[in-house]
Amino acid sequence: MAAVMPAAAQSRHLLSGNEAVARAAWEAGVKVAAGYPGTPATEMLEALSKYPREDIYTEWSVNEKVSLEVSIGASMAGSRAFCAMKHVGLNVAADPLMTLTLTGVNGGLVIAVADDVGMSSSQNEQDSRFWGRFAHVPILEPADSQEAYAMVGYAYELSEEYQVPVILRMTARICHVKGIVNVGARVPHKNLGFTKDAERWVMVPGHAKRRLPLMYQREQELRKLSEKTPLNILEPGTDRRVGFITSGPAYMHVREAFPDAPVLKLGMSYPWPLEKAKELEAMADLVVVVEETEPILELELNAAGIKAHGKDALPRIGELAPEILKPGVARLLAKEFTPPPAVAPVPVFPRPPTLCASCPHMGAYYVLSQLRNLTISGDIGCYTLGAGHPWNSLDSTICMGASMGVALGLDKGRSEADKNKRIVAVIGDSTFMHMGMQGLLDITYNRGIVTVLLLDNGAVGMTGGQNSPANGRDIHSQAAPRISFPKLVEALGVKPERIHVVDPYELPTLFKLLREETKIDDVSVIITNRPCVLIEDFKPLKPYMVDEDKCTGCGNCIEVGCPAIHVTRRGKEVKASGKEVDLAFTRIDSTACTGCGLCLQPCAPEAIMPYAPQNVISIQSV
Amino acid sequence: MTSSTTNILVCGIGGQGVMTATEILAEAAIAEGHDVKKTEVAGMSQRGGVVTSHLRFGPRVLSPQIAPGTAHVLLGFEAAEALRWMGHLAPGGLALVNDARLVPPVVELGLFSYPDDPLGMMRKAGIHTVAFDAASIAKSLGDLRLGNTVMLGAIADHLPFSADVLLSCIVKRFASKGEKLVDMNRQAFAAGRTAARDNSAAPATA
Repeated sequence: MAAVMPAAAQSRHLLSGNEAVARAAWEAGVKVAAGYPGTPATEMLEALSKYPREDIYTEWSVNEKVSLEVSIGASMAGSRAFCAMKHVGLNVAADPLMTLTLTGVNGGLVIAVADDVGMSSSQNEQDSRFWGRFAHVPILEPADSQEAYAMVGYAYELSEEYQVPVILRMTARICHVKGIVNVGARVPHKNLGFTKDAERWVMVPGHAKRRLPLMYQREQELRKLSEKTPLNILEPGTDRRVGFITSGPAYMHVREAFPDAPVLKLGMSYPWPLEKAKELEAMADLVVVVEETEPILELELNAAGIKAHGKDALPRIGELAPEILKPGVARLLAKEFTPPPAVAPVPVFPRPPTLCASCPHMGAYYVLSQLRNLTISGDIGCYTLGAGHPWNSLDSTICMGASMGVALGLDKGRSEADKNKRIVAVIGDSTFMHMGMQGLLDITYNRGIVTVLLLDNGAVGMTGGQNSPANGRDIHSQAAPRISFPKLVEALGVKPERIHVVDPYELPTLFKLLREETKIDDVSVIITNRPCVLIEDFKPLKPYMVDEDKCTGCGNCIEVGCPAIHVTRRGKEVKASGKEVDLAFTRIDSTACTGCGLCLQPCAPEAIMPYAPQNVISIQSV
Repeated sequence: MTSSTTNILVCGIGGQGVMTATEILAEAAIAEGHDVKKTEVAGMSQRGGVVTSHLRFGPRVLSPQIAPGTAHVLLGFEAAEALRWMGHLAPGGLALVNDARLVPPVVELGLFSYPDDPLGMMRKAGIHTVAFDAASIAKSLGDLRLGNTVMLGAIADHLPFSADVLLSCIVKRFASKGEKLVDMNRQAFAAGRTAARDNSAAPATA
């Protein structure tokens, strides 16, 4: 990423789609760029923040709605503005988007939205192409890094010519694929300034009503453009049994699988070109739409009278690939398909993501797993992993900030059988500021009985430890105002005596506090205060080791869930009661251990001690 | 897949340097004038999850993903991960595997078991598997972190271009960090080449 920033014009680079978009936004003279971290979109803003600050202002916003509003303001002010988010982020930002489409833009405004097709790191799989239809704005879809780069420049021209926000729809397989990109030079954008115009920018009903016909008229003009834009290309091909209509990364899969077939490639996939589609239909025996996730184009083509196949042959869930397209299309043609010979895979244990060694969340989840009679609503972040082994201490995850409202609903809607259940909500610092604060306010205002565990690790952890108001550093890691969570939650209506700040590495304190607070019929907030191990605030301590002679094989340390603890041998023991118990003798990987001391605390025989090299055979890892 | 495209699948777990190694391989392919695409699923992978990095290069690369049964080389940073991904190898493909066993918490908790002999299972499936201990080699050269360069050394003689091209990309990467580190990486690269060569003659049923 760093290589791109100072790179000269007309040079070639291996860039991810995200890095290519950032480079192109900078070249297009974007003045303001805002976003909230989220896989697979994060690196767009991260890369942009490395460009000269006199050229471009970048920020981590507290959520996607605010980031779009910042972008709208910058566009109104006459600057080119850029906004990047993951697919679910645009749900949060939908409110400003749906009115932005009425006001239109002044300086060009591009919203890059990245769909996590295949759901590597998201709570749902949704298709952002719908926003084009819903908001009546154009959708551009690159097929690789070079196209992503080229489309950003095009998008700004389009945005200003039609005074429309443009959605650049990315997917994980564009964002995170690296390919060769030929970059160009930066052309500063001429800012013509803001002109006061209430009928244009103040969307009261009377004004908005006059903007509605303009929006539909603009959509018609964009539809005409879709017939002649160089982004929409009909490649005639020679094998005309099947003609394909496709967009985004799916285009590459089509070309790979069917190199000789006619293809209508939609770089601008909304509005799409009906005449071009008819041309394709005329030249091929069969039309197949290749689109990931939803059958949007397929349904619209059929509604327009073009008989198109799609999801009758291809999956609706997850990513497509040439090896998925080939058998699907063969079935449509009633042909046999033989995949390339390959060794049959053998089942191997799963390797789910885990919390890091010394992760402060481990302390919280270990304690939660030891408490009974709780219902725990969770949230989005690393701590969603608390739902997994060995903790199994999360009962719900919906979306950013939902732990709060869901907790209140669990409290108010409880059955008679659950009347003694205590409700706990678990949320991280960044998620709390993103969308959790309003939920907590709702809990205090409506007198809910909820214990909130606010895991403040001073970072947006899951996306790689980005800065936020919780650690008091901006996107450039420069000092910025730092939020005080005790003051904030007190201002949101939590009683001062119900607010506690605790070290999550001190298990007995945390245990006692959680047990006591969950007994009280009021709102409590317990704030943990250890930093994420991925950020510079984290200072590793000396590692520990297991004294083999003292280890009794009780396995208590494994229940902490630390990935640095390994089993050396297993055994069985018959207790005095006659009950047989499993034993697991352990060792600590001293190269991974950073000395948080969590595993010491449940170790009854006190077999865990500071690491002394002469006593240990170090383990092997690359 | 076009026959002129080379497919290399690199697999391991988050934090091992799989993505960096693939990036260096990609740089070497670019230096040789190839079109290149490299892809992996990132995101939660840095939390100890599975990481696979797909590298494709040739005159023109379209789809970035390597289909099952089409990889020419599988570069495995961990034994069970190599076993997990062996189905991606094309017939006659080569697996170069660091025989490290990195055991995840779900196995330590007793919920799943780690295969006794993943490399033996690969060989039994008919895969030409070359295994070596990259960590020990790295440690003998003075730094565990050299393991990544050992892995690159291992693949160096199995690429459609000379090993020197790859080595110069590694050297370039460490050039700013001092002559000593460059030298250590040169040694690690050479040791990886030797390890892959010495172990490739192992009997198929070893």
